[in-house]
Amino acid sequence: MAIEQLTLTGPLIRLALSESGFVFDPVSGQSFTVNDTGLEILRSLQHDANLGTTLELLTDKYDASQQEIERDIDDFLATLKEQVGI
Amino acid sequence: MKSTDKLSSTLSEKKSWTKPIISPVRSGIQNKFGGALYSNWQDTIDGVVINELLEQYGSPLFVVSEKKLRKNMRHINRVFSARYPDVLFGWSYKTNYLGAVCNLLHQEGAWAEVVSDFEYEKARNLGVPGNKIIFNGPYKTRDSLIVAINDKARIHIDNIDELHTLEDLGIELDRDIKVAIRVNFETGYTEPWSRFGFNLESGQAMNAVWRIAASKHLKLVGLHSHIGTFILEPQAYAVQTRTLCEFMNKVESSTDFEIEFIDIGGGFASLNSLQGIYLPPEQIVPSIEQYADAICSVMLDHTEQRVARGGKRPQLVLETGRAIVDDAEALVSSVISTNRLPDGRKALVMDAGVNLLFTAFWYNHQVIPTRTLDGRAEETVIYGPLCMNIDVLRASIMLPPVKVGDSLIFSPAGAYNNTQWLQFIHYRPNIVMVHDKQQVSVIRKAENLEVVIAQERLPQHLAKPFK
Repeated sequence: MAIEQLTLTGPLIRLALSESGFVFDPVSGQSFTVNDTGLEILRSLQHDANLGTTLELLTDKYDASQQEIERDIDDFLATLKEQVGI
Repeated sequence: MKSTDKLSSTLSEKKSWTKPIISPVRSGIQNKFGGALYSNWQDTIDGVVINELLEQYGSPLFVVSEKKLRKNMRHINRVFSARYPDVLFGWSYKTNYLGAVCNLLHQEGAWAEVVSDFEYEKARNLGVPGNKIIFNGPYKTRDSLIVAINDKARIHIDNIDELHTLEDLGIELDRDIKVAIRVNFETGYTEPWSRFGFNLESGQAMNAVWRIAASKHLKLVGLHSHIGTFILEPQAYAVQTRTLCEFMNKVESSTDFEIEFIDIGGGFASLNSLQGIYLPPEQIVPSIEQYADAICSVMLDHTEQRVARGGKRPQLVLETGRAIVDDAEALVSSVISTNRLPDGRKALVMDAGVNLLFTAFWYNHQVIPTRTLDGRAEETVIYGPLCMNIDVLRASIMLPPVKVGDSLIFSPAGAYNNTQWLQFIHYRPNIVMVHDKQQVSVIRKAENLEVVIAQERLPQHLAKPFK
């Protein structure tokens, strides 16, 4: 599945993000912590809701290959789905 | 500026990528042992860079440290010899019968302790003289007993049928045979291994002694027992040694036999973590000194009168395997893929599984990365490469994100892996030994197709797959 074709909708937009990586879901009341790259992905998705754009942004900014970043985003989204219900 | 310079300049401006992670904040659930397990990592073994070893010898790779193995053997020898005047170690071949490992331990003074025809032949093949072999085990063939009699090996009788066979052989060969008997009894600490040897409480052991006393050719010179494996309570050995010494006195007072040695077998725990035990091995595994104190103090007390009568203390024989070799060997394995399980846990698939690290069935091995791992640790399952659901190296471990190609060290792996491993689905890999001054030798070559099919024979009508 090409990551560019994926888009996210739903409760992602409602998450409150802090600079330090603290994430709060006002609907469930749950809190989470994310690392720097996780925060960057959440911010990008809240802004654009397009995974292709997010991948491009991260590939430009970080020193890993597009393939590695794509794999890691996939993994991150799987965790997000499991834990946050997105 | 050259294009390559430009490229490296652009790359260096980029930020370092770490795997993105999200984890829930839970109140009320705290880990009192803390979560920062992976601040440690290890990129060398005895000064040799692990990644260079993998490049040269392939992954996965077993690595034995000569330095550590010699150190362990010398340490245990010193500890026991400092507490008792006559101590002998029999190297338990079944624990690790790699030729290089066995000969290293023989060089350090250990005899060979074998439990089958194969192990007996292997010891002889390595150059161990027959009179330095302890022949144990419940199944010794008649032919191997003949060889052992001729070699003057120490034969430990396991059962009444073996006793009769030896008696027959004594008559047939017209030879006097010095033997030991294996006995079993309740120590109150471990489940008795009553299937091996003659039972003490029921009188079976004393009957065996009478049977030997009635024989023209057999002479009882030793008593042997083995109370179990991975025994965490040194007092179990104190009870075992006391029981054997008391039995020795009974035998000597009822017969003309003089017991020359008492063999207490093995079973000392290593610094490995048994599944189901909550505390880490550093906290629950007794030191060699603790085992030695428990055993030697009883041996000294119970043989004092012998010395007073002008006699000699019996030799104390130990067949320690695991505690000597386990932490002298590690398995280095590489990540071949990563996955996310439906329940949210991280999964790693390694190039080594339970086919190679057989002890993963009962240990939670220590897992150390060969580089620093950035990022927060998360619950991870480590799988092997077999197409089997049971192929799990660690069912649950907190591990920071790792990449495909990263390598992990599984240790201790020196005991019971290179003897119980399986040629199943994959070839078995190289085993190297790191010597002094960072010298490395292959001590067992990786298998290939030729090795695996060497013993197969194709009937003529099945010589071709298709007609």
